[in-house]
Amino acid sequence: MKLQTATRLGLYAVLELARDPAQTLSSADLAERFGVSTHHLAKVLRTLAAAGLVRAERGAAGGYRFTGNRRRVTLMDIVALFEPAPGRRAKEPGEETDIGGALLSVLTEIDEIAEATLRSISLETLLSSSHPASAVASS
Amino acid sequence: MIALRPAEPVDLTAISALDARLTGHSKTAYWQAMLARYAGGPPERHFLVAETAKGVLAGFIAGEVRAWEFGQPPAGWVFAIQVDPKLRLKGTGSALFEALTTRFKAQGVSRVRTLVDRKDHLILSFFRAQGMTAGPSLQLDKAL
Repeated sequence: MKLQTATRLGLYAVLELARDPAQTLSSADLAERFGVSTHHLAKVLRTLAAAGLVRAERGAAGGYRFTGNRRRVTLMDIVALFEPAPGRRAKEPGEETDIGGALLSVLTEIDEIAEATLRSISLETLLSSSHPASAVASS
Repeated sequence: MIALRPAEPVDLTAISALDARLTGHSKTAYWQAMLARYAGGPPERHFLVAETAKGVLAGFIAGEVRAWEFGQPPAGWVFAIQVDPKLRLKGTGSALFEALTTRFKAQGVSRVRTLVDRKDHLILSFFRAQGMTAGPSLQLDKAL
């Protein structure tokens, strides 16, 4: 499954901030951590803030803080902010034909499985199964 | 405080009522047959209940070790789990799952499996939180 860059950055940022809801990280800190451009990440963070998942804190130690509920927010909640919902895609040319319709039903099946998977994994579940990069590298 | 114990035929009414409340379908005959097969049945079959200090049913779980089901080596299968909504988020479901998988492990299996409606996000999330991921099989279906 290929996610758009903004979706991946949104997931990275929310998960990193949700790892410790008390921490505040600047967009530059987050961008450096994931090796991405600050400009691109800033746009993603604004979308996350508008959705109430993170909050921008002003001041010298300013930055972003996670404000959601780790046990309630799922990966799908974040993906849905950046990707079109499966049932809301614009019609593609050829979908009206019998072959196009049959292909569409296969692609819809894949979308439904992907959505069920993403909706079933809360931030809490994903973070509890993740390991620090150093531990993965040494294992 | 929740206590776990093997289910008994006398639990039928409470199990059937909890399931009917949660699913909207009354299936007393089904649960009666399940209890007959699982409660006090062969050692590879398990039916456990969780109850409050006052003896009220808080939840239940049923499963068994099956060998070569769909061509797969022996594994523990979870067939049913329900927890009273008023008693959720208190670890009852996790305690039931842990107790069942402990029994599975004691019988020498190293995998636990289940089937879940992919639109049932609540139960999918529960099993994910227990560390379960997509298994090696895909369930297929056809209208007849």
